[in-house]
Amino acid sequence: MRTAKLTPYAFVTPAMVLLIAFGVLPLIVALAVSFTDMDISGLANWSNVEFAGLDNYERLVADPDFWQAFGNTVFFAVIGVPTVVLVSLGVALLLARSEAPFYRALRSFYFIPAITGIVAISLVWGYLYNTQFGLFNWLLSLVGVPPVQWLSDPLLAKFSVAFVAIWRGTGLNIIIFLAALQGVPKEYTEAAALDGAGSWRTTRSIVIPLLRFAIFFVTVTTIIAWLQFFDEPFVLTDGGPLGATTSMSIFLYKEGFRLNQFGYASAGSVVLFVIIALVTMLQLRLRRPDVEY
Amino acid sequence: MSSTDVRPTASPVPVPESDPASDAPIRRMPPAPPLRATRPGRRSGRRLTIAVGAALAVGALITAFPFVWMLFSSVKPQSESIDYPPKLLPQEPTFEYYVRLFTELDFGRYLVNTLIVVAIGAVGLLFMAMAGFAFAKYDFRGKGGLFFLVIATMMIPVQVTMIPTYLILNGFKLTNTLVGIALPTLVSGFGIFLFRQFMVTIPTEMLEAARIDGAGEIRTFLTIVLPMSKPILAVQAVLTFIAGWNSFLWPLIIASDQKLYTLSVGLALLNQQLAVNPSLQMAAASVMVVPILIVFIVFQRHVVQGFALSGLK
Repeated sequence: MRTAKLTPYAFVTPAMVLLIAFGVLPLIVALAVSFTDMDISGLANWSNVEFAGLDNYERLVADPDFWQAFGNTVFFAVIGVPTVVLVSLGVALLLARSEAPFYRALRSFYFIPAITGIVAISLVWGYLYNTQFGLFNWLLSLVGVPPVQWLSDPLLAKFSVAFVAIWRGTGLNIIIFLAALQGVPKEYTEAAALDGAGSWRTTRSIVIPLLRFAIFFVTVTTIIAWLQFFDEPFVLTDGGPLGATTSMSIFLYKEGFRLNQFGYASAGSVVLFVIIALVTMLQLRLRRPDVEY
Repeated sequence: MSSTDVRPTASPVPVPESDPASDAPIRRMPPAPPLRATRPGRRSGRRLTIAVGAALAVGALITAFPFVWMLFSSVKPQSESIDYPPKLLPQEPTFEYYVRLFTELDFGRYLVNTLIVVAIGAVGLLFMAMAGFAFAKYDFRGKGGLFFLVIATMMIPVQVTMIPTYLILNGFKLTNTLVGIALPTLVSGFGIFLFRQFMVTIPTEMLEAARIDGAGEIRTFLTIVLPMSKPILAVQAVLTFIAGWNSFLWPLIIASDQKLYTLSVGLALLNQQLAVNPSLQMAAASVMVVPILIVFIVFQRHVVQGFALSGLK
């Protein structure tokens, strides 16, 4: 069958063309553009683009806004990652405690934030956070606390924005942990129970060690997600007040699409990519071998 | 956190060759028979289960509360929604703001645009299934290298590709088109990977039998492979729908003409313009959230399974 030789290529071509065009090519373009002074005039006519060497990178190092965005991103990751991992692991362990229909029904509630669109979520939270007629300030007033500037106080805004992301980020990880928990052999926990171990002891000594791969995976993807932190600050505060919630991704978006500094923003995105790649590789290195079961 | 997409950053470590889809990992083993009086704490264990259940229920209500608040506020008159102290239940419910979204504002158009973007996503689904099939059931030169590429693209963050992708689409004159909005996320390495993992399990003899009966390769794919892949197709269709419906970053970047806005971009616009009318905003947010909730309730098993697959081998 001679046609069969070409058949597999016919099957993979549409997907691979798209994947290369929007997955691989952009990386190369980003790297190339980062060495140029590409801006809006360059977009209209390629001949306006000039080679700029390392100018963009030098500018980046000297840009206080970049360093503020960098610091904010680290701050968000330091708050967000441990909270998301611990809360989702804790909730998953509790949810896995029973197979009763009531427990199963409860799971859905925890998943909902993960599947709803960020813009809708931000509108709802923006309303809850509203200084004048928001629910949260009213709840505070019940216990005698004066109104709080949830989204316009530079320090508090960081926490308000991070809180929404934590609320939204746990659902997916709970699902992943629940799936992993199902892979824990029943015999192990039963054997522990027969030996007289209580449920806390069983969880700590049997279940959590067996979840090591899942915990590792969730930690890595959560760190990557928080290094890319974008949606929540973008729609809730637009990076404000005074850049207090501007993450690296928001910085890149603003430089690229508001100021049309494509070359400069590309240099920033190359830096972000290198940071994410380094952090991920470091974690893969540090990872200890799995417990086999 | 990461964009609106359904976490395309799948496993950063090589995933072992297993077959995640065929025997639904979500499904539980039958519960073990209860242990007979192994320790005195059995009754306290049950009491603990009830206490934990109560705590989880409170947590679930708190988690879901913003959505309850959204739905109730969407049917409050404006005067009530900015009233202080706020009340949970609307006193004089009205659907006025839903009507205004579709009459005074352009939400009808945004809805149609969103549905078109979602429909284009279905083409991507077919492409991914085709590629997955080729990787699963054919031997061809360059297969290893191409499959490595598929895996590698799962690790590239969207913010890095955001600007170059815009430049590429601009080069093809596809900015400000609905196709341009859908293209960057049409095919994902993760989707191809999942299809491949599932289709490896289809017995090769069945494909041989079809060929002996004279069916061409395309016909074999359409009449044998696709019907047998229904479980993974369902999972991916639901995930594609959710991702397309919620997608925000690409419509925001690619659509500069208001005629091409999707629901999420229209909603973001509302956020900036009408900060004084929470009722209208909540009605708009509900238009976006309620269809997803319905899809989630109907296809919950597929959604959960899809997310779980994104996490583990």
